[in-house]
Amino acid sequence: MSDAGPLMEVSALERSFTLGEEEVRALRGVSFTIERGEYVALIGPSGSGKSTMMYQLGCLDTPSRGTYRLAGYDVGQLDDDELAALRNRFIGFVFQSFNLLARTTAVDNVALPLRYAGVGMRERRERAREALDRVGLGHRWDHPPDRLSGGERQRVAIARAIVTKPALLLCDEPTGNLDQKVGQEIVRLFEELNSDLKVTVVIVTHDPAMARRARRNLKLVDGSLVHDGPPLEGH
Amino acid sequence: MLEHFISALLALSANKLRAALTMLGVVIGVLAVTLLVSVGDGARAYLNNTLSGIGSNLLSVMPGRTETRGFGPPAQGLARPLTMDDAHALARQATTIRGVSPMVQGGGAVRFRNRQRDTMVLGVGPAFSDLRNMHVDTGEFVREEDITSRRRVVVLGRRVVQELFGDESPLGQSIRIAGGRFRVIGVMEPKGRSLGFDLDDLVFIPATAAMDLFGLDHISQLVTAARSKEETSAAILEIEEVLARRRNGERSFTVQSQEDLLKTFGAITGAMTMVLLAIASISLVVGGIGIMNIMLVSVRERTREIGVRRAVGATQRDILWQFLLESVVISTIGGAVGLSLGATIIFLVHRFAPDVPVVLSPWIAAVAFGSSFVTGVVSGVVPARRAARLDPVDALRYE
Repeated sequence: MSDAGPLMEVSALERSFTLGEEEVRALRGVSFTIERGEYVALIGPSGSGKSTMMYQLGCLDTPSRGTYRLAGYDVGQLDDDELAALRNRFIGFVFQSFNLLARTTAVDNVALPLRYAGVGMRERRERAREALDRVGLGHRWDHPPDRLSGGERQRVAIARAIVTKPALLLCDEPTGNLDQKVGQEIVRLFEELNSDLKVTVVIVTHDPAMARRARRNLKLVDGSLVHDGPPLEGH
Repeated sequence: MLEHFISALLALSANKLRAALTMLGVVIGVLAVTLLVSVGDGARAYLNNTLSGIGSNLLSVMPGRTETRGFGPPAQGLARPLTMDDAHALARQATTIRGVSPMVQGGGAVRFRNRQRDTMVLGVGPAFSDLRNMHVDTGEFVREEDITSRRRVVVLGRRVVQELFGDESPLGQSIRIAGGRFRVIGVMEPKGRSLGFDLDDLVFIPATAAMDLFGLDHISQLVTAARSKEETSAAILEIEEVLARRRNGERSFTVQSQEDLLKTFGAITGAMTMVLLAIASISLVVGGIGIMNIMLVSVRERTREIGVRRAVGATQRDILWQFLLESVVISTIGGAVGLSLGATIIFLVHRFAPDVPVVLSPWIAAVAFGSSFVTGVVSGVVPARRAARLDPVDALRYE
């Protein structure tokens, strides 16, 4: 990994799927660059290809054509194990539906990525407690998800995402399952993490309010990038 | 590794009833393996003990010729019978054997005053006692001069004494055997039952007297033994040589060794154990199918979880191990439970029915545990591979 250069470089990226006989082009040659420490919202109507883009950016999927470089690594050239390692090292995911392991305490949920990073059990717990403290849930460390509120669950998920000190926080509709007030708090937390930890934040959303708070918006329509710049008014 | 093991336990404890029911198949399978093999092994040990208990390095010579040495008496009738002279010749000439005794088998009513018992009558020589580990308790066994003078004396087995004399001392008393009058010269030590045969329900008389009593001019067989285990083959050759010389080279007799008998029994009981093991394995296979089924359901239910794990950095191998370990943990715990149940049952059998020969040997425990482990691996592989090969994106999207 080189600290020089942009964190993410997407160039002429295409992703197509074959559905029966038909080829569906979900992304039709998208190019953009995201620098370290940016706070970006990826927006677009449903079916625009933003989920597909998110899986590409999250190294869960690879391009059909074109390239995506994360921290200098050409994602399209990596094998499955290398992709797993890349995700583990550089990316923290936050999902709409939290995706916490049931019947597992908050601290163990948060520690999960460290386990795949090969960190010893004691250090894992320590770092997981720190991450929980960071999102303001240190006192709830031994609660399983079903004894936490929605906002608290999302905080646990965010703690899980930052526990590996990733370069990129990739959030998929992170407030979609929360009421507005709690959603606001979560957005504020992302902003804090972005400024305090210098972590790059990419939020995939169709919530205009949330998009407006990002410094930069990327808008996809029909698999093409139609806007790259400061938040648009009135969309 | 310990950690993965703990995670597997935690995952299983999430659905205890399901885990328990899944385990039940393996529990029953391993229990069946343990018990059935114990029965088979017990039978083998019992036969071994019994056959070794009747003496060591025993050889018996029977009339008739069999090409293959096996279990069961050789074909009789066409053979030239064995005689007392054969016994004498062996006693004089053979050097690799320790003692030889003729044996004449018969049966008849043994009678003392108004009490009577039908029992087995064995005509033997003095060497019989040491060869077959059957010794007199009081009095004397059949002696050489009893043979030569065809004396009508008898040594009684314990049960016969009990039935005919009660508390009275039988020594010196006169009894009737198959109509002939015999004087009691000894009482045997109690020997108990062996292979379903009561070794105390016997009377011994001199072989010559037995021939007189039953009107025979030959003996049923010769009982002898090699000096040592190593000399067994030499002894067999020597016996064959001595007897063949007396028959102008004709080998109309068969020498059977205790070892042959042990081997034959061993083969039979071994085969029996294997058949029992095969039957028991069927239930283990059924248990394995149960595990596979539940693991497939579990993989489907936890698709999201698999997606999340993959997203945070789990490799396919991590996922594979996770599910494989769960399956192995289920089945080995099931195996351990089945094995302990089996051991408990065997212990209870020992405690309350000590006559039933069941043995829990270490290899059964190893087989039971090993087979439950293998069952876990085999039935876990397909679900675990399916889990590992899920596409992360599809897994995360799964509703």
